[in-house]
Amino acid sequence: MSNQGNARKLITLACIWAILLLVPYWMPPLGGYTALGTRVLVLGLAAMSVNFLLGFTGVLSFGHAAYFGLGAYGAGLTLKFVAPSTPISLLLGMLLGGLAGALLGTLIVRRRGVYFAMVTIAFGQVFYYVAFQWSSLTGGDDGLRGFSRQPLDFRLFSIDILSNTNNFYYFVLFCFAIIVAIMGFILRSPFGRTMLAIRENERRARFLGIPVERHIWIAFTLSCFFMGFAGALYALVNNFADPKGLHFSQSGDFVMMAVMGGMRSFWGPLLGAAVFVILQDYLSSVTVNWMSFVGLLFVVVVLFFPRGLLGVIRPKREA
Amino acid sequence: MLQLLLFNVTNGLIIGAFYVLMALGLSLILNLSNVINFAHGGFLVVGGYIAYTITPYVGFWGALLIAPPLTAAIGLVIERSLIRPLYGRDPLYSLLLTFGLAFILEDGTRFIWGAQGKPVTVPAFLAQPLSNEFFFITGYRLFMVATVAVSVTLLFVLLRFTRLGIRIRAGTLDLETVSALGVNVGMLRSLNFAAGIYLAGLSGVLAAGQLGLEPTMGAGLLMPSFIAIIVGGVGSLTGTLLGGLLIGVASGVTAVFLPAASEAIMYVLMAVVLLIRPRGLLGEEGMMT
Repeated sequence: MSNQGNARKLITLACIWAILLLVPYWMPPLGGYTALGTRVLVLGLAAMSVNFLLGFTGVLSFGHAAYFGLGAYGAGLTLKFVAPSTPISLLLGMLLGGLAGALLGTLIVRRRGVYFAMVTIAFGQVFYYVAFQWSSLTGGDDGLRGFSRQPLDFRLFSIDILSNTNNFYYFVLFCFAIIVAIMGFILRSPFGRTMLAIRENERRARFLGIPVERHIWIAFTLSCFFMGFAGALYALVNNFADPKGLHFSQSGDFVMMAVMGGMRSFWGPLLGAAVFVILQDYLSSVTVNWMSFVGLLFVVVVLFFPRGLLGVIRPKREA
Repeated sequence: MLQLLLFNVTNGLIIGAFYVLMALGLSLILNLSNVINFAHGGFLVVGGYIAYTITPYVGFWGALLIAPPLTAAIGLVIERSLIRPLYGRDPLYSLLLTFGLAFILEDGTRFIWGAQGKPVTVPAFLAQPLSNEFFFITGYRLFMVATVAVSVTLLFVLLRFTRLGIRIRAGTLDLETVSALGVNVGMLRSLNFAAGIYLAGLSGVLAAGQLGLEPTMGAGLLMPSFIAIIVGGVGSLTGTLLGGLLIGVASGVTAVFLPAASEAIMYVLMAVVLLIRPRGLLGEEGMMT
């Protein structure tokens, strides 16, 4: 990569982080609210986790909401029954989503292409039914209530993230930054390069002696851990975990965010999530038929902008 | 106890027959065009509502005859205009498109017919139980199974003995060669899609008589069809048939012992099949991998 390209990359990065850091200052004057920014960040993280698999390994999981939802329930149940601590709930939520993904992943990676997508969808629904049926633990259709995020306790001082929305936004941004850094680090590592190789030509990767199945399993598992973490954060955002968060239609939304933003780019899904969340927020406030408009958005993006918003802005660059 | 078991096995077979009808439509489209039709449940609901609308004029039997082709016609228009540009692209795109379509169909039916559920009246003699001894089998359920049996037989005869059917099966194996032999593949795909949607519409009419109608019912019925296809093996219609019946019976029998798990058992079955025979019961190695 040339020096100029590097410089441009640094400037882009600086811009992205500046925009994210200043959300509480520019969003309310523009008619938004900071909590909306928090939601975009969390759902954007989820979309980036989906894209970790979709855009960079080239396998389509259409059931990732399951691991997102498991993370949410994991965090919620931890806060409610185990320990009233925000970090522990995040950790356990992530573990729940990630381990479930690791386990099911062993079955799922045996298939490829359309079949892979179908199996992920079907397995994703398992947890929806479990959350739905096991109402004594999960609250069933009403969702899991009765917990709330706790102040961050550092012994010497504590940070109130419950009532102060700005503090909470920065806390979420901090978590987001850590996960995104890990993702970026993995993608730059030899393992990440191998993922790209599998995406570009699976057969050739296999001929090179790369254990493709194992690599896809690892990528799948990693993305489930990220997904679980995003889900746990989402439970903290709402102080609520909803079975709808496990449903395959939620998975579809995540894939849509990734595609709409541009799935070949690292930051695309975040942009997609921002557009998607704000549009949905707006549509559901002005029309009862918002579902039709969201559906229409899917159709339009697929037919006319298959490379996503970033694909339109940067027509000829591949990640 | 024996009667209870018998009741639930029969029940499972009836439900399974219904899954089969829906899954076969999905399977047809998936096999030939590599499109996972997420909107299949939406088409089912549309078929049911069309039947509901025309029943006052043409009666239940008329609706049974007319609603499925009307649904197929809608499907054909959508295939020609929206899905056709996506053939040959990553299956991700058709998946997303039909996913959005499912939203539009669900919201559309809600917009036209209202969110309130609608009952569909079936002819009185079908609503009666068969006899006191077999109180659980109403004539309608028997009629459902008979309809499914006839449609499935017709479909298999069509695929086996007609020129169109042979081309569809050949296209499933190698569409490129079929195209090179001078078959209009675009037309083949359209007809095949319409046939799949016809089955969805028919399922919709049958489901309407049994369950009544609600705009949201499609999504719930979609998942068992997916599982039926995976269990049976992608690429094999006979497998889909077997898979549908199998998960129907499994969930029927489980309902006796552990009612809460009657849904979950389908997923367990799927996991077991994937564990010991990843290609599915009748799936061929190398298909759709």
